[in-house]
Amino acid sequence: MATDTWAARADAPPAASAPHFSRLLPTAAKRSFADHLDWYGDLPATSSALIGEIERSGLRGKGGARFPTATKLAAVAARKRAIVVANGTEGEPASTKDVVLMSQAPHLVLDGAVVAAEMVGATEVILCLKRGSVVRPLFERALAERRAFGYDSVPIRVVGAPDRYVSGEETAIVNWLNGGDAKPTFVPPRPFERGVAGRPTLVQNVETLGDIALIGRFGSDWYRSAGTPEDPGTTLVSLSGAVDKPGVCEMPFGVRIGDLLRVAGADCADLSGVLVGGYFGAWLPAAAAADVRLGVDDLKRTGGGLGAGVVVAMPKRGVCALAEIARATRWLADQNAGQCGPCVNGLDAVAGVMAELVAGDRSKQAEIRIGRWLGMVEGRGACKHPDGVARFVSSSLRVFSDEVARHRAHGPCAEGRVRILPTPKTGGWR
Amino acid sequence: MSFRLVLNPITCVAHGMCAELFPERITLDDWGYPIIDNKPIPASLEDHARRAVAVCPTLALMLQPGQESRKGP
Repeated sequence: MATDTWAARADAPPAASAPHFSRLLPTAAKRSFADHLDWYGDLPATSSALIGEIERSGLRGKGGARFPTATKLAAVAARKRAIVVANGTEGEPASTKDVVLMSQAPHLVLDGAVVAAEMVGATEVILCLKRGSVVRPLFERALAERRAFGYDSVPIRVVGAPDRYVSGEETAIVNWLNGGDAKPTFVPPRPFERGVAGRPTLVQNVETLGDIALIGRFGSDWYRSAGTPEDPGTTLVSLSGAVDKPGVCEMPFGVRIGDLLRVAGADCADLSGVLVGGYFGAWLPAAAAADVRLGVDDLKRTGGGLGAGVVVAMPKRGVCALAEIARATRWLADQNAGQCGPCVNGLDAVAGVMAELVAGDRSKQAEIRIGRWLGMVEGRGACKHPDGVARFVSSSLRVFSDEVARHRAHGPCAEGRVRILPTPKTGGWR
Repeated sequence: MSFRLVLNPITCVAHGMCAELFPERITLDDWGYPIIDNKPIPASLEDHARRAVAVCPTLALMLQPGQESRKGP
């Protein structure tokens, strides 16, 4: 298929009836190398000028931090004997976009990893998946195909990493690849300075690598033709909770969250709150969320963040939102790495108080304590886990303040125990 | 050159001695872990800072030059 045709379709502005974009996500899975090349076209040779092209594209990391990708690339490129880690561990429980992308377009992710390796002068690519991931066989097959063609300039190996919540954080992955626990480490040194085997290491989320593979083919102008000037391009969104059609869609930045939810068959009028960003994001009141645009700064202005592109809808009826949030808070507290005192003690205390609020906090003591402790955990860990949980909890207390008051007056509510927030069982640290 | 305090929260196990020696910049949280004010330290307080750093049994507390906040790719 001609690249022009494909690019033209991808460039068409999203219509109300067909709001999905198809850049990263092909309309049907492209798992074989032949289908992949047919759909996306051949990958041009990478020159060092591509970092400039990535910079002009405005691409920011899709793993959650939304850090400018070109800055990270340049920092690693300035050093010698680098390693690229493609991060497909996707520890965010409500996020499924990485696994969907990897199953729909495994070669696009591999293309991006190889292009990234060429840009930074890396000699090896390590693709990190969650241990036992369903996409692993797809990648083994994809890599065998590419090897048969002698397509890649650097060796690529696939590893299955621990599935703990904080294990996908870049220093945690590096520490695990170096034989330690998959726990965050103190920075500096950051992975770009000293990472896997002590070498400069570029850790990029697999969606970001997919974008790099697209920009390598079609350039920054094409990339910027979707989205907004502040947030160019598209982003993958995982929609779940009280929606008819949970799943992953690709959206141009700038789309309103209300429209996004409508795609999944949900109406903000039926929702009490919307969690945007995942468990390190923030809750928004459903009515206000409807008009908020999907953008890094737009969401920052609401006190939250876009994170890994997670959107979870909390229904007005049928679920006790407070009980759900308390259950997720306990899970998050238990996901701490056991390393930093304020996180170990503080999150446990916060989760305990959340349970008290669900039971009904008649004395109002719990509310006072939770405010004190939320302030006490922020910025005090080696990683941002405590900050993320603090944002998740404090935003929930703002959005669901009526619920807290109702529980105070009447005790635990009789609403159902439907699970909206996933809290998966996780394994060990090795 | 001005200095600021940096804590490695992983190695800190809440001995709390730093807060005793440098209360101007270090207080303890509800679990005994130090809360560090990392504003640049004026020359008049540098001795206190150095004493607090020197006494940390786990070497978790450090004195670093410069005043930019920790940030990077």
